[in-house]
Amino acid sequence: MGDLFPALGDKMIEVKNLSKIYIDGQLQTKALDDISFGINKGEFVAIMGPSGSGKSTLMHILGALDVPSSGTYILNGKNIEKLKDDDLAEIRNKEIGFVFQAYNLLPRTSALQNVTLPMTYAGIPKSKRHQRAGEMLTLVGLGNKLKSYPNQLSGGQKQRVAIARALSMEPSIILADEPTGNLPSSQGNEIMDIFEQLNNKGHTIIVVTHEDFIAARCNRVLTLADGKIKGDR
Amino acid sequence: MRIVELIEESISVLKSNRMRTALSMLGIVIGIGSVIALITLGQASQQSVKQRIQSLGSNLLIIRPGSESRGFIRDSSSGGTTLTSEDAISMSQSLRFSTIDKVAAEYSGRAQVSYEGVNDNLTIAGITENYFGLRNIEMDTGSEITEQDNLLVNKVAVIGFGLKESLFSNQDPIGKSIRVKGTTYRVLGIAKEKGSSGGDDTVYIPLKTAQKSLFGVNHLSSIYVSAKDESLMDEAKNQVGYFLLERHNIESPDKADFSILSQEDILETVSQVTGTFTTLLAGIAAISLIVGGIGIMNIMLVTVTERTREIGIRKALGAKRKTIITQFLIEAILLTVSGGGVGVAVGIAVSIILTKALSLPTVISLPSIVLAFSVSTIIGLVFGWYPAQKASKLQPIEALRYE
Repeated sequence: MGDLFPALGDKMIEVKNLSKIYIDGQLQTKALDDISFGINKGEFVAIMGPSGSGKSTLMHILGALDVPSSGTYILNGKNIEKLKDDDLAEIRNKEIGFVFQAYNLLPRTSALQNVTLPMTYAGIPKSKRHQRAGEMLTLVGLGNKLKSYPNQLSGGQKQRVAIARALSMEPSIILADEPTGNLPSSQGNEIMDIFEQLNNKGHTIIVVTHEDFIAARCNRVLTLADGKIKGDR
Repeated sequence: MRIVELIEESISVLKSNRMRTALSMLGIVIGIGSVIALITLGQASQQSVKQRIQSLGSNLLIIRPGSESRGFIRDSSSGGTTLTSEDAISMSQSLRFSTIDKVAAEYSGRAQVSYEGVNDNLTIAGITENYFGLRNIEMDTGSEITEQDNLLVNKVAVIGFGLKESLFSNQDPIGKSIRVKGTTYRVLGIAKEKGSSGGDDTVYIPLKTAQKSLFGVNHLSSIYVSAKDESLMDEAKNQVGYFLLERHNIESPDKADFSILSQEDILETVSQVTGTFTTLLAGIAAISLIVGGIGIMNIMLVTVTERTREIGIRKALGAKRKTIITQFLIEAILLTVSGGGVGVAVGIAVSIILTKALSLPTVISLPSIVLAFSVSTIIGLVFGWYPAQKASKLQPIEALRYE
């Protein structure tokens, strides 16, 4: 998959004057207020901020789970701020690998099956899906847990299944929303180790977190407050 | 995502909640089962009536007093007095008929019959000698009623097969005397068993005897005419009709004081009646199908709500609206079609038991089974559509937040 990861330094994400306004009756809430930034291929970025700062909203828009009220969002050369539901689904499927705080694995479905799911939606043949899912699970150190169900796995193991699933479609970016939030710190560090390894191999990774020790392991930290970017280092 | 994989996945989802799956299928099972059972039962009784009518013989015309009407089921006691023995005799003697083979006449009524203290109110049919031949009645033992018996107004009788047991307690009745309305009749013979086509409890006596000495009438309740060939039925009907109109001095067939029925006419009327009845029964059963469908919709809505988070995960991972709709529709259709399958089996089992118990012919119609499966599929589609739409419209963020 080496050739799928273009040279470092290319623009992967470009956000310009992005705003998100929630309207609840008469009340307007500006969750994101005219923010602009770019993320290059191969970066390992933390998005930090207190709750209500807009980091979840930003994460949803970056993950094509939601669309902005105004502004542009270009992902890997594609302008995606005005796309319809099904086109967004396609972007999520091919360009983005999600890792959620609550793991979000399908219950009553084996680790292997969970990892194959995005590939199923992409229409990849069964044998190839299974082969690749096995490889991905081996990569995150779960080569011996292919047939295990989520309820038989520890939190850290579940999160590793989720990472394997996020990697399965060779996405442009991996988007992790508080990936260590539900884990004891030892398992949390293991997850960050995996992210670090993936980043070293050239993966672009964005981690949304409110914990300093997680942010400290990233190369760049974007800090949000009141819907604006307050820091970028 | 390929359909086969969606089906595999739906099966595993349905299997993981066996009790709920079984209960939500139950409505469809009962609905399809009762539709199949009732259609089969309707068709079986239709078949049985048809067999009776067909045993009349396909080249037989029945002439009855009273005006032509489509509902041939008429109270015989209120039938008119317009047909007479002379009509029948002149018909059989006329040389005008190229199409007619034989003519028989009948007058029947009910009277009290007794033998050695056993008493019963029975149908007494006064008949001419051709009657048995025309009605396909054969003799079991003894001899038939002859032309001689009619001419001499003999007090003799042939009894239906059933009466040998009910009246004579299985003794040999031939030569014995029975009393009909106080008069003694000598038993000549026993007719063969007719079974479902009736007549096993009838006492046959000469027509003249019935008219003159038993009932005191001069008219007939029916004339039976056999055509020379089945293909001549329409022609025979016309010839007989115009002959009788002329004899009765009636100008137009609209004003006829008799009606002529062929087996075909009767079959048509009966088929209409039983067909309507079957449709009605099936219609009532179909209501339970709708109720079953609403049950499916209900359970699918519960499923969608329960699996909101799962839907969110699927959408986040790239499932399109169409994929989610297909997934939930397939689940609904699997429920209804497997319910339909069990329903067909239950329906057939119930039909077999019922038709055996009612000694009707068992006719399982293939079309009704095919129909049952298509109806189940349609119910799954119709009642699964709304829940599936609802699932597909869930916003992934909202769905992922759902606990």
